[in-house]
This record gives sequence, C-alpha cells and structure tokens, in this order.
Amino acid sequence: MTVQHDVIIVGGGGAGLRAAIAVAETDPSLSVAVVSKVYPMRSHTVSAEGGAAGAIAADDSLDEHAYDTISGSDWLADQDAVEAFVREAPEELLRLEHWGCPWSREPDGTVAVRPFGGMRKERTWFAADKTGFHMLHTLFQTSLKFPPVTRYDEWFVSKLLVDEGRVAGVVAIELMSGRIETLLGRSVILATGGAGRVFPFTTNAAIKTGDGMALAYRAGVPLKDLEFVQYHPTGLPFTGILITEAARAEGGWLLNKDGYRYLQDYDLGQPTEQPVLRSMELGPRDRVSQAFVGEVEKGRAADSPYGPVTYLDLRHLGAKVIDTKLPFVRELCRKYEKIDPVTDLIPIRPVVHYSMGGVHTDIDGATPLPGLYAAGEVACVSINGANRLGSNSLPELLVFGARAGVAAARHAAQTEPLAGPAVEAQAADEHRRLAQDLLGRRDGTERLADIREQLQHTMEGSAGIYRDGSSLAKAAGALRELQERAGSATIDDPSRTFNTELTSALELSAMLDVAECVVHSALRREESRGAHQRTDFPARNDDKFLAHSVATRDPDGVPHVSYLPVTITRWPPGERIYGR
Amino acid sequence: MEERITLQVARYRPEQESKPTFEEYEVPLREEWAVLDGLNYVKDRLDGTLSYRWSCRMGICGSCGMTVNGEPVLTCAAFLSDFAPGPVRVEPLRNFPVIRDLVIEMTDFVHKLGRVKPWIVADDEAPPEGAHGEYLQTPEELEEYHQYSMCINCMLCYSACPVYGLDQSFVGPAAIALAQRYNMDSRDAGNALRMAELSGHDGVWGCTFVGECTSACPKGVDPAGAIQRYKVTAATEAAKSLLLPRAAEK
Repeated sequence: MTVQHDVIIVGGGGAGLRAAIAVAETDPSLSVAVVSKVYPMRSHTVSAEGGAAGAIAADDSLDEHAYDTISGSDWLADQDAVEAFVREAPEELLRLEHWGCPWSREPDGTVAVRPFGGMRKERTWFAADKTGFHMLHTLFQTSLKFPPVTRYDEWFVSKLLVDEGRVAGVVAIELMSGRIETLLGRSVILATGGAGRVFPFTTNAAIKTGDGMALAYRAGVPLKDLEFVQYHPTGLPFTGILITEAARAEGGWLLNKDGYRYLQDYDLGQPTEQPVLRSMELGPRDRVSQAFVGEVEKGRAADSPYGPVTYLDLRHLGAKVIDTKLPFVRELCRKYEKIDPVTDLIPIRPVVHYSMGGVHTDIDGATPLPGLYAAGEVACVSINGANRLGSNSLPELLVFGARAGVAAARHAAQTEPLAGPAVEAQAADEHRRLAQDLLGRRDGTERLADIREQLQHTMEGSAGIYRDGSSLAKAAGALRELQERAGSATIDDPSRTFNTELTSALELSAMLDVAECVVHSALRREESRGAHQRTDFPARNDDKFLAHSVATRDPDGVPHVSYLPVTITRWPPGERIYGR
Repeated sequence: MEERITLQVARYRPEQESKPTFEEYEVPLREEWAVLDGLNYVKDRLDGTLSYRWSCRMGICGSCGMTVNGEPVLTCAAFLSDFAPGPVRVEPLRNFPVIRDLVIEMTDFVHKLGRVKPWIVADDEAPPEGAHGEYLQTPEELEEYHQYSMCINCMLCYSACPVYGLDQSFVGPAAIALAQRYNMDSRDAGNALRMAELSGHDGVWGCTFVGECTSACPKGVDPAGAIQRYKVTAATEAAKSLLLPRAAEK
C-alpha cells in the first residue's frame, strides 16, 4: 500500500513538531505527516532540564550570545548560522510563550532568565528544571489544532526513497500491526534526534539510536563533525541520569573527594561564594568534563561501584532554592540515588549527552539531497561546532525546526511527486527486506544485545573524553567486524505484532553506521578541539583543521572522510578564555 | 552467588495465544535495579520476544507504565528490592486493550487529549503586554495551573479509574486535568470552547470521586481535584445560562 503526503517529517520531538507547525502555517493546503517510532510526548526532548537560551535581558545583546556560542564551539561553528540562530531564538521562545509554555517568571510577570555554562550573561529561559518536558508538551498540544498534520505514531521509518537525485518518500513499519507502508512525499524532514546510545553510559533515552543519521548516510548524504560528542559533566552513576547544569547555575559546586573545588586547577578561574559567569562551575561542558579526568588521574576522585566519581554540592543552596528552581533534581536524587541534595553530596561522573555533529545541512536545514531536510540534534547546521553550550539545543530545535519546515513547505509546493518504477522497486525491496530477511532471521548464533554491548564498549574505549590514534584505529576495525556479525545475528521474534526485536535490529544497524562515522572522523582529525581531545595531538591546529569533517559512505560501506570550510563572519579564531 | 528474584510476566502474543498467560523469569536482584531493569535483562539475555515500551528511564517520558503486583506504576521508578523476596507480577496497565505482552493500546487516550482542545485560545482583547512581547504572568498566576501542567501522559490514572474501567467513553482524569491546565492559565480564553466536552455526557459528571487517579499519579498532579473544581465551574455556568442566556458564552 502507498500513501502520499506533501511533507513527511520523521520524528515527533521538539524539532519535528516545530517543523510540522511551520509547514501548516506556511501553507495550510499542504498535507504533513509526522512519522515517529514513539508517541510524540515520549520523544527525548522531554528529558531536557535546564533551559533555552535567547538574549532578552536589558544588559544582553545578540552579539554577546553569538560570541559565547562561537568561542564555546572552539571556533568550529558556522558564524552565519550562529547569527541567524541568536536572532531568531528569542522570537521562537516568545512564540512558545504565546502557545502556553509555562516559563518561570519574575514577580512582575515577565519571563525569568538564569545563568548557564559558558554564557557571559543571564539569558537562559527555563520552566523550573523541566524545560524540555514543558516545551515538548506545549508543542504537541499546540500541534493538535492544525488539521493538516497527520500523525503516524509508533511507526518506524527504515528507509529513505531516492530517485532522480531527489528524495521521494520513506518506507515505514507500523509497530502495532506490523503493516509495512510506502509513504511518498515531495519533502522529507529528518528530526530523529541524537545517537547517545552508541555509548554505554549516556543521559540519552533508549530511543536515541541515530536512526535519522543512518537513513541520511545510506542515502548518500554526508554526516558532518560526528567526532564531536558532548560529555555532560554531571550524570548520576549507574543510571546516567542527567543532573542539570542549572544546578551549578543556581550556585552548586563541584568537589573532589577532599571537598576541594577542583575546577580552579584547570584554568577555569578562582572559586567564589556566588557563581561568576563563564567561570569555574559555569565553564563550558567540554572543559569541565575534561577536568574530571584530570582529578581521576591525580587520584583525587572518590571510588564508587560504578567507577570514579566526584561530587556536586548543593547543600548551601538550601531547601527553598532547591525546591523552587531545581525540584526535579531533588526528585531524581531521592528516587535513583536514595539521597537528598539538601543534606547530601550528589555523586556524579561525566556522561555522554549530545552529538554536536549530524546530517550536513545549510542554514535552512536543507541537505545536499534535494527535498531532504534535517533539524535538531540529528542535524549539523552547524551552530555547536566542537562543543555545544548548555541551553543552546532547545532554541536550536525551534529555530531550525521552523526554518526546515518553511523550506520544506516551499520545496513541496514547487515540485511534482516522484512515483516512478524506480521508486516502486526500491520500496518493494525494502518491504521484502523487512518482511522476509529480518523477520525470518531466527537461525543466527549471536544475540543483538551482545553485539550492541560490544559496540558500546568499543566506543567507550576509543572515543571517550580523551582519544588517541591507535585506539581509534583498532576501534574502526572492531566496528567493521561488528557490522558483519550484526547482519547475521538472530532475531528471536517472528511476530508482526509490536515486534521490538525487529526494531532493535534496525536500531543496532543505525548505531553501527553512526559509530563508524564517529570513529573514522575522530581518527582523521589529528588535533584537539572542544570535545575532541587527542592525547597524541594535544593542540588545536587551525591551519589544517579549522574545517568541518564530512563522512560519506564508500561503495563498500566504509566511511570516507573529507573536509569543508568553516564560515567565519566577524569573529576570527582566538583563544577560549574562561575565568580570567 | 548473586541474589535473584522471579518476575512473573504477562505474555500475550495474539498470533499464537487467544488469551494472556504468565511466564516466569529469574533476574538478578540488585539494589539499584528498577523493575524495568529486570525486564531489560529478560529482553537482552533470556527472551528477545518480550515486548514492552520504555525510553527515558527517569520518570519523565511516561512510556513504561505497567501493573506491578496489582498497582499501576512507572516501572523505571519501582525498584525490585521493594518487592523482595518476590515474586514480582508484571502485567499491562488495566482498563486498556492489550496489543501484545505488556503493550497496551493508547489511541483512545491520545484521541481524548485532543478532544479537550489543549492549546491556548487567545483573547484578542488582551494582547501580550510584556516588554519583550510576552504575556505577563505572575508566579502566583503560574501556580494556579502549574500542577496540572506536570502530567506526563503515563495513563496510570486511567488504569486506576473505576469509572473508565466500566465506561471507556468517560473522557477521564488526565484529559480533564489537561483541560483545566488551560482553563486556569491567565493567557487563555478558551473556557467556553472546552465546556461542551467537559460538562457533556462523557465529561466530569461521570466521575464518582473515588480519588484513585490522584493516588496513582506519579507526578503529584491532582486530577480528582481538577474534576471536582470543574464540577463547580460547570454547575455555576449552567445556572448562569438558565438565568442569563448569554452570560455563559463569554
């Protein structure tokens, strides 16, 4: 069976829903499909906590937000994209306000802003410490008033259809029934989020398996800057649950096992009672996570059953501030660590959090494949460069979700649908692969979960906070072998009805593709920049690597890495200075 | 030898069984493990055919609601050690059709969310007046509806609701709380639009106020309170419309 839409959006999180509304508002005559492997309110945007940056304070300016973002990115961000981003972020956040987002307020009723890491002014809008949750639910609820938006909830997209050099639609499987369907569309927007699950210890939800990145990669679209993987400095041991940076913005301290505020030893400034912007605990995430490794090496971290930890100290903030500004932090600590941050230190360790890289797009979310767009964490515009600042990802998914929606709508209005025999043949092949090859593969010898664990172990061992050439080269070989083995692993479940073993197999295959691109891009980048730190090349090298890496798929399936220039408009590369 | 605990897991594979059965699995009993970690152990190590929903494993995405030892809970926030020595009986949420194993059908629930018009209906006579173009809303005004905005759509309240159990046409606790979340928002003027759904045949009057929804809620939302509060509004509006036929339209 085949259905037709004008714009197909893959993913129903913040970027996907924002894009859907943008399409509906741009041209109400267009039919929009939101195809998501989970119900939209389950999407991972829901887990974002601390806030969304947009310069509105009287003492703030767009240029300062741009500078913070660019220096935070270690000068790898494209400055034209950053300028558009900082300009449109406040407008988008305001739009969310009009749609009902319960932003925290000042006593006079205006929107409140809080400090955040790497930001020199207070500009982070927040809804207590459940900002992503409130944004996602606001977007979902608002999307319900647009009749042109048709949702395909719990449909898994397994392939992009491409013909005559442009995108023609997708093949997807409805989980509830096992029905496989071809959805034809003139434009397709990828909004599937990140790929944190390629690592074993991550804040990312189970669904963050890099599906959209892999869909694009297999369709010949480059993945950009994938070696830049953000470690968030404060995750709970064992679960990897995120403790928001807002905890430090409100005045929390990072202590080693001796109770010492260790960031002062890592060129991040001197400790003060009150938080100082762009200093100490309000430094950027890459530098703060790297300092943790330094403490471990000096023997100043504490031991825990899940490896070394340091501590986040919120006790001096008191119950009132914690309950007003950080209620979710208290709830999570009580539930998952059986401690109370009002009286106890919170054990923490850096945890994989965000993919700076993603599908290569221009400033309108357009990929090099006509008709294909991407927005949000799946995409790399790039505003984040080598290190994203906390609270830039939520406005990013709004700004570029909206831009991609508008661009995709215009493209759809100007193009004829593609539905020739070549598209039909591709779709038929994919139907056959899903229904026969995968559902019938019960004779393998290995379990999917075992291969997934080995993949994650390989990534942690080679592509963590510090990397080196020989571990990365070894990992590249190991991943190749895992690709082979994954292709013949057993799929226990032959059922058509809500078969989560089948989706695990599809996800694992996406994770392996993304992991290979991360490792190959990291291996080729022989310098240290932002979140990519090579012990064998410890300095930044602007002569050779002030450039975006782009990984494309070779005919034999291996990533091929090349480079594109970075767009510099007004801020020439300089030293990143924090706390001095 | 590591301590273990038995999970008795409801299985239902419509292609091979006409009604649900139980299967037993032994999983490690570890201090930090939630019931969900036990299920993941089963899926990864013992039986790949088990189906269930989960994602964030931090109690915010609302995916992993199930019935554990008879109670509706989020399995990522219910710990195995609290059920030791076991066995732990894991079943799908009640009051919903079961698609497969622990996966229930939620289309009716999602449809109901949309029926209460959960979006801001702007009041054209009161445009935003903040310096940045925002609606002004004091912390006290935010507090009015804030708890109703905390619903994660996990559906534990529908699973606990005896009225919904008997009559699926009842719009139900989370959808009513969601309507109230907007009705009580100072930026909204959509009260009248939502009235037909809320005070109609399948609306608030069906609730017999047993309060099970509020006790089941893992996020401190008080749907029962929302429903009682709306009954007062609806009764007042009904009285007004009898006395002053046009007053209720505003």
